[in-house]
Amino acid sequence: MIRLEYVYFLGGLLFCSVGLLEFLDAANPQRLRKTVFWVIYGITFLFGTLLPPFVTGCLVILMVLVTGWKDLSRSKVDTAPELQRRQSAGRLKEKLFIPALCIPGVTFLGTLLLPKISMAGQPLALAKDATLVSLGLSVLVALAAALWLFRQRFPTSLHEGRRLLTAVGTVAVLPQLLAALGALFADAGVGKVVSEGVTHFIPGDARFLVILAFTVGMALFTMIMGNAFAAFPVMVAGIGLPLIVHKLGGDPAVMGAVGMLSGYCGTLMTPMAANFNIVPAALLELPDKNGVVKVQVPTGLILLAVNTLLMYVLVFRF
Amino acid sequence: MHLLTLIGVLIVIVGFALRVNALLVVTVAGIATGVAGHLSPYAIVSEFGRAFTQNRYVGLVWLTLPVIGLLERAGLKERAQELIARVHSATTGRVLLLYLAIRQLTASIGLSALGGQAQMVRPLIAPMSEAAAEARYGKLPDKTRHLILAHAAAVDNVGVFFGEDIFLAMGSVLLIKGFLDGNGIHLTPLHIALWAIPTAVAVFIIHGVRLLLLDRRLRRQFKGGQS
Repeated sequence: MIRLEYVYFLGGLLFCSVGLLEFLDAANPQRLRKTVFWVIYGITFLFGTLLPPFVTGCLVILMVLVTGWKDLSRSKVDTAPELQRRQSAGRLKEKLFIPALCIPGVTFLGTLLLPKISMAGQPLALAKDATLVSLGLSVLVALAAALWLFRQRFPTSLHEGRRLLTAVGTVAVLPQLLAALGALFADAGVGKVVSEGVTHFIPGDARFLVILAFTVGMALFTMIMGNAFAAFPVMVAGIGLPLIVHKLGGDPAVMGAVGMLSGYCGTLMTPMAANFNIVPAALLELPDKNGVVKVQVPTGLILLAVNTLLMYVLVFRF
Repeated sequence: MHLLTLIGVLIVIVGFALRVNALLVVTVAGIATGVAGHLSPYAIVSEFGRAFTQNRYVGLVWLTLPVIGLLERAGLKERAQELIARVHSATTGRVLLLYLAIRQLTASIGLSALGGQAQMVRPLIAPMSEAAAEARYGKLPDKTRHLILAHAAAVDNVGVFFGEDIFLAMGSVLLIKGFLDGNGIHLTPLHIALWAIPTAVAVFIIHGVRLLLLDRRLRRQFKGGQS
């Protein structure tokens, strides 16, 4: 069986290699701090399940501290010059798309097939891990295809990996840190405070106001937590079930589905959902970290209004 | 005095607004929230470690970077640009609208693995939507280029969020079902997923119109108001 841990191991090797390359580049400013940052990130992937949470926690905090007040500077890593890239594109033509399509293609096939194929009485991957295991496999297949088709050497791929990963920068670890923040919010009871605050404001029998409080509350709380899944149980227990379903007789399926999607409107509008909003901005090398959020806000707001009306029209009808 | 537990939210808002290093802001906010919630320092640090490890799956997307770097080095962006320049009806808005439709439809039948910011947007969708505008208007100013790239990333998010909720086995549908089950209300996943369809249609119309408006904006900006 291909365990998810193997894929994490692969990630750890990549991050440690990037750390090493940062160290070997003598012209690189802040190279020691950058090395420490990427190597610690690598260690959390290599040995994450072996280390006690307290030790990992200390490592994570150390990793954050080396980034400093102003964040680490950007490393200058070169790639092939534009002329060479154009010539290469003219020569390789549609072959260029083969490795590019290997990633989604193999991920998709693997997700479908790996849990169904058994070897020595065990599936090749557990159903719950199949997508991530397949993603790991797809990268290996695509890498082999790219090295072979483009006549490149393996170290070049690590060099290119460093170029892109350092372009993303320390934001790469932000989604995992935000997950830790979400967990601490939950431990400290932030959800209860927010839902008490929202329920405090609404009269229990004005239908439209109750619905409005629920959909807007879902969106707002999602914006704070960065995740609609964290907001859902709190808002449904606070407003959705006691007021909309039990008191006003609304349909629980509509309440649940449209409520969750109102939360997704919040996801579009918050930097706290870093893996969807901040990471892509870094990946596309946008100067404004909030560039993607800003483009999504109008859609988020209009859709939230539509969701509120949809729920108001549908929830009492079925 | 439990309002004090909201201190972390305040730190995040102020810190992000002042553009302090985001990692530092989030870490300080986490520690402050833990202290306000009367957790011991040991428990706070352990929680950081536990959640960080448990969410490593988010970091696996970086595994694709060495491959994508090789593709870019070999000229993938340049090739995508040449191809799109040959399709005369292609505009930035139309390219993105097509991707939105494909992303939403594939996600709604459970194929959300077929897209993604690192897998599709950076190597293919972003350069294609940029090239579609360049083929019409020549070299773009940086501000316009960044706007187009941000739109490319946004389309991937909008498509997957409001597509996958229609798929029965999706986490969100199962979460809704599980939570209602726990409260004595028993529904089938189909029943829940069905009610995600109106919103999915609405968002396609809303975001689609915005993409066509983006085209109009580019046209006005570069052709001095003529259509």
